[in-house]
Amino acid sequence: MCGIVGLYLKNPELESRIGELFKPMLIAMTERGPDSAGFAIYGDEVGDDWIKLTLRHPETDYDWEALATRLKTELLLELNWFQNASVAVFKVRGEEAALREWLAEEAPDVLILSVGQSIEILKEVGLPEKIADTFNLDGMQGSHIIGHTRMATESAVTMEGSHPFSTGMDLCLVHNGSLSNHNRLRENLKREGINFETENDSEVAAGYLTWRLKQGDSLKDALEHALEDLDGFFTFTIGTRDGFAVMRDPIACKPAVLAETDDYVAMASEYQALTTLPGIENARVWEPEPATFYVWERSSH
Amino acid sequence: MKTIDLAESSIRELNQALHDQATECTEREWAVLNPRGQHNIACGLDQNLAVDIQGHAGYFCAGMNKKAHVVVHGNVGQGVAENMMSGTVRVKGDASQAAGATAHGGLLVIEGNAGARCGISMKGVDIVVKGSIGHMSCFMGQSGSLVVCGDAGDALGDSMYEVHIYVKGKVKSLGADCTEKEMRPEHIDELTELLNRAGVDEDPRSFKRYGSARELYNFKVDNADAY
Repeated sequence: MCGIVGLYLKNPELESRIGELFKPMLIAMTERGPDSAGFAIYGDEVGDDWIKLTLRHPETDYDWEALATRLKTELLLELNWFQNASVAVFKVRGEEAALREWLAEEAPDVLILSVGQSIEILKEVGLPEKIADTFNLDGMQGSHIIGHTRMATESAVTMEGSHPFSTGMDLCLVHNGSLSNHNRLRENLKREGINFETENDSEVAAGYLTWRLKQGDSLKDALEHALEDLDGFFTFTIGTRDGFAVMRDPIACKPAVLAETDDYVAMASEYQALTTLPGIENARVWEPEPATFYVWERSSH
Repeated sequence: MKTIDLAESSIRELNQALHDQATECTEREWAVLNPRGQHNIACGLDQNLAVDIQGHAGYFCAGMNKKAHVVVHGNVGQGVAENMMSGTVRVKGDASQAAGATAHGGLLVIEGNAGARCGISMKGVDIVVKGSIGHMSCFMGQSGSLVVCGDAGDALGDSMYEVHIYVKGKVKSLGADCTEKEMRPEHIDELTELLNRAGVDEDPRSFKRYGSARELYNFKVDNADAY
């Protein structure tokens, strides 16, 4: 099963309410995925030579302050940070590669959930409502947000196996379905320099898109290639810094509904998850076609 | 008319109230408010009722319908009117996949488009779609008719038996053993009657007919002694 939901705002006036609009969407998909849940929110952008990392440590009382101090004193980095339940968001003036290397060496238990200018990924094992409350979803602001409720099939019920998956700057993917060629693809992508944290099939799809984008593909080109190279069942919702995409495989047995108004584009596995959105009664509601992708992008930075 | 608001009542309460009409019919006309995409709305009816659903419905809406006339003023999810036995189901918007799956009788009208696998394994139902239908429609269809005023997706009528398929628009591809057939006067008559019952204004002469070429293994009498 699994449930996926996404909300991409066209009207910036709604950005202060995105969390509040999105929370009931995520909770509505509880029956499709009660094992774990998570979401990626885009907003609160950092400046051009800054990056933002969502970090997690298995111990809830981990000393993030100490980590921040070490980064400031040992790497002489400008940074600010805040904690949100089990994760901490670090905004750092520095390079991703150097930071990754330092963290792997000096704080190996710290897991990097996302890196980018805009993205934050928050996910945990448990019911969607609990996760939404833990991270204070309804107070969040942003331009677009993508969520997932998981009923695990291809790998264990763990935080690491929860969606969304991010394998590159500001890119994230949620998946309903199962891929059949993920082991081979993972090996190929590792040789191309893509890192994987889990044995999960959906992470491979995220890694594949990261690789295509690194090759210079536009999001649309990357999705075109994904339709050729990914084998299995999938409905994907994908977020980038400026974009939002939905794609279904040619068999299209995994459900998807899209709704669009002047204010937003919304995606869900089932229409039930869209019913709390403002103006949904008059929205254009349709089922995305098989083997077809739908992309919304704002003018890039 | 009796009105049930699904913002206040559960699906179970709605369906039980409708099922109770099977033994003694006290109310013929029903309105269902705020369906909000919930699943299993108006399933298993067994009485000559008129049920109006005011909004979008979820999966299996009007499934297993017998005798009742159900109208959905919106879209429906997967499996609308699945295994319908008799009566009519009319969808004013679009239907997701597997519309009318395995249905034995009655009439299903979809005024918008239907997704993939429309009429999969249909067993006697008549389905009329004003828009287009998705891939693998009428897969293993056994009996009944499927009328499509728009286009049909890939692999139409794959491994089908005796369904009469009529398509006005383009067929992206035919499935295994499905073939175009001659429109004879009796087919024009049949299609005219179907379009009339569905309330669809189209010229029956502008449709093409498709059916089984009866070339697959199971049609060969020589294979009978394998069992």
